[in-house]
Formats: sequence, C-alpha cells, structure tokens
Amino acid sequence: MVNVGVSIGGLKFKNPVITASGTFGYGSEFDDFIDISRLGGIILKGTTIEPREGNPYPRMAETPSGMLNTVGLQNKGIDYFEKYIYPKISGYETNVIVNINGSYVEDYIALAERVNKLDRIPAIELNISCPNVKMGGMAFGTNADSAREVIKAVRRVYSKVLIVKLSPNVTNIVDFARIAEEEGSDSISLINTLLGMSVDIKTMKPALSTITGGLSGPAVRPVALRMVWQVANAVRIPVIGIGGIISANDAIEFFLAGASAIQVGTASFIDPQISIKILDGILKYLTDKGFSDIKEIIGLINR
Amino acid sequence: MAKRVEDFTIKRNRYLNNDLFILELAGNKYLPELKPGQFVQVRIEGSPETFLRRPISIHDVDYENNTIKLLIQIAGKGTEALSKLKTGDILNIIYPLGNSFSLPFEQSSVLLVGGGCGVAPLLFLGNYLKSKGHDPEILLGFRNSGRIVEYDEYIKIGSVYLTTEDGSKGEKGFVTDHPVLKEHHFDHVYCCGPESMMKAIADYCLKKGITCEVSLENLMACGFGVCLCCVVNTVKGNLCTCIDGPVFNIKELKW
Repeated sequence: MVNVGVSIGGLKFKNPVITASGTFGYGSEFDDFIDISRLGGIILKGTTIEPREGNPYPRMAETPSGMLNTVGLQNKGIDYFEKYIYPKISGYETNVIVNINGSYVEDYIALAERVNKLDRIPAIELNISCPNVKMGGMAFGTNADSAREVIKAVRRVYSKVLIVKLSPNVTNIVDFARIAEEEGSDSISLINTLLGMSVDIKTMKPALSTITGGLSGPAVRPVALRMVWQVANAVRIPVIGIGGIISANDAIEFFLAGASAIQVGTASFIDPQISIKILDGILKYLTDKGFSDIKEIIGLINR
Repeated sequence: MAKRVEDFTIKRNRYLNNDLFILELAGNKYLPELKPGQFVQVRIEGSPETFLRRPISIHDVDYENNTIKLLIQIAGKGTEALSKLKTGDILNIIYPLGNSFSLPFEQSSVLLVGGGCGVAPLLFLGNYLKSKGHDPEILLGFRNSGRIVEYDEYIKIGSVYLTTEDGSKGEKGFVTDHPVLKEHHFDHVYCCGPESMMKAIADYCLKKGITCEVSLENLMACGFGVCLCCVVNTVKGNLCTCIDGPVFNIKELKW
C-alpha cells in the first residue's frame, strides 16, 4: 500500500488531491458523482462578508484548451454560509477549507475571525488573487505592500492553517511567496487564473461582460508548473499546485516540480468524477514505479 | 433525480437539412425518468477548441427502446463535431440536468411556441402533456419552408400553426404575427426559441395575463450549478440557468 498522506501546516490530508475553490461549489453538487470523503480536501466557493451578486452575464468564454471566466465572487455571504451551508458539510470526511475574499483588509480580518470559530473548518485559503472584482482580490495579491498587510492581519487573528493563494499576474511570483512565508502563512497555493480576454467577431464585442477575465484549464498548465517550481525552490512551507490539471500525469508533473499537494479546478466542470480518477491514477503511478510514499517524488527534479 | 455521467451509443444521426440534425442515443443502462425541459451536457472529444461540454435540450425520449433524441443546429466547432457522429459512435453525457416545465392546471388551454432550433424541447413537452390528458396547440416559426423541422411529429400531438419569415409556408412573419394568438384563448404558454421571440411572446402573455414559461439557453461551463457562469438576472437575483432553469416563469425574469 502506497502512502499518499501529506501534511500541510500540521494538518493531515489523507491524499494530496484537493478540489479548487470556485470549481466545486459547496461539495454537495458532486454528491451524485463521487464519494467526496475520498478526497484529500475540498475548497469551497469564494466567500465574502456581504452577499454578492457577481458580474453581469456573459461570464464565460471557451478558449483553446481552457476557458475565461468573470464570475466576480458571486456568493451569499458569511451569515448565510454559517447558517445554511456549514451545517450541511459536516458529513464529509475530508478537510473542508473556506476560501476567503474581501475588498478591504478589515473584511479579510472579520471573515478570518468568523471562520476561525467554525470547528469543522481546519484551514482557510486566503484569496488575494481574484482577477474579476473591482476592489480587493488581485489588487492585494499584485502589490507587495498590500499583500504583506493583508497576510499579516489575517495571520494575527487566524490560529489554524493559513494557505495564501497567489496571483500569477505579477512580474516575480517568488517575491509574493516569500512575503507569505515571512508573514507566517502555513502554505502557498498557486496559481489563480491568468488575466486574459476574448473578442466575439460576430457581435464585434468583448466575449465577457467585464472585457477581461481569468484564464484557466490546460492552457495555463506550463505557466503554473513553472511558477510552482520557482516557488517550491524559494520557500520552506509546502506548496499546493494549481493550474490546468486534468489527469494524474499532470498532477505528477507538479509533485515532481515540488508541489506537496495539488488542486483540481476547471477539469471538474467537464468531468465531475475527474478528481477521483486523478487520485486513482496517482496511486497507480506510484505503485507501478515502486514508490511507497508520495513524499519520495515531491520535488524530485530539484534534488 | 440523481445526475449521471454515462456513455451512450449513437443509434442514428439523421440530417433534417444542411445544418440541423437529430442524434438518437441509446443508453447502456435503463433511463431514469426524464422531464420535459431538461438537458444533457455532451462531451466532445478530440479538439482543444471544444474543451467544454455542450448543453443540449432533450428533444424526445423513448423509454421502451431506452433512447433519447437531441435536435442540434450546427453553430460552431462543437456542434459541427457532433454532426459528424455515426451509428455506433460513443457519446458521453451528463444528465438529467436542469428543472422542467411545470404542468398546467387541468382543463387549461395550452399553447407551445417554438422558433427555429428552439422547437427542440417542445416535442418532448407536447408528448408529455398529451400523455397527461392535455390537448396542447402548437405554434412554430421558421425562417422559410426549408427550415421546418419535425412537422410530422408535432402534428401527432395537436393542431400545429406555422409561420415563416418569407411566407413560403403558413402565415408570413413571426410567431407573434399569427392570428391564432388573437383568435384562441390560452391559459398557459410554453416557449422556446431565439431570445427576441421569447421576449415578444412574454410581452403578449403579460398583457393577456397568461402564465408563460420560457426555456433559456445561456452559455455555461459545468451544467450542474458549480461554475456560476450561466446566470440570468431575476427577481431573486442572479440564478443559474443550469439548475434554477433552464425553464423560468417570465414573471421571475428581469429581461
């Protein structure tokens, strides 16, 4: 039996397959398709203090090997989450992680304090990288000073496992990874979507209501992999790789480059069972190659 | 109804004209009960440009033969790839997705209104209503006589009224120009077609106080309420076309 358990900031994950925020709803949307308790973790839809309606339609455009989205953090806010969603997730035997967002540092602090009190939530993913909101989001994650400020502020009030989700839309992502590490984050997840756009030549208008949006899917994978490799070599805290993973082979590339865990995102839209298939594929790969523990291959190309 | 991801086998791909075709798919397992208005998410293999699934409404269901029909118009690379499927090919679908049309009250007079490829869900709906003892009338609009689809199937359900934009068959003009809307009384209208047509029918129904449901066709990535891309603005805020729809009462929509 291969050991695929990993530890992030002292939090045990039964395996390194986690579903990415915004691509897995609140979990229950996948109950018909998979046994969620088999996953290492799930990261819930991005949550804000206040309810948000998100951006106008159209919010999506298909692009070669990927898609652009501009959802704009539509969610019902933390009050609704605590009252109606939190009670429902208790049945999942996996790490349920909340992705938190805000327009101001105070929003992040207030959210982190609220989520800190929820026993069934062992970690938060601090989203300073959403490209589709007018205020906050990526603005925090693309400016070194504001990134430091928000991470420091959240770390002060949040006592459990803190994962900082980085934006790839920066000149040097390593700078931001180092800031996250210096300010006490337990882990770094990357990458969020790459800022992109598309124009509809039939209507002669931008394909998205907000003109630009976030690119995801296999199209971004080589960029994501490069950034994960850079960051894994620059920090001591564990790195969670995200970006266009649609198969076990893709996931293994990220482990070899230094990721301790991976997130499956856009692929779940096309195949809602893909996260479990990726997990099974990782187990098979390790068995076939004669490894007894996934840690043996994490960062192998860097040794 | 639990959603499934399953491989279906193409039994037949029948062309109605240059760009409209009907795929008949056979399930390898027994079909669950499907409802009119529901749709499937079709996987298109083989090209990076057709990365996402395509939502296609259920055109008709045959429980005895365990088949469903999809009426599809070639509109881009995805539907073009689907048009090339042959008997025996495998098609992976996620289904059943979405809500469904609601049943009208007993004894109510019912009209189905469809335009172009939007007539697709109305065959399933018409047959379903008929099986429930209703006697729906059907108003269909097409660009010209060459674009008329499945007339022989709709006429089995009830009276069919036709319009064509060039007058080559039926009344000339749009569905909203057809005299049946003035001459007959309706309690419940079900509509699917181009957005401009649905809005015009919605206006007619609002003025006359007729209950009206429309089926929307927004762009979506997942089809099961996760990506939040297919939203429509409603009196309850942004709702997902894929799980809160595709069928909406026009009183809910902020068009």
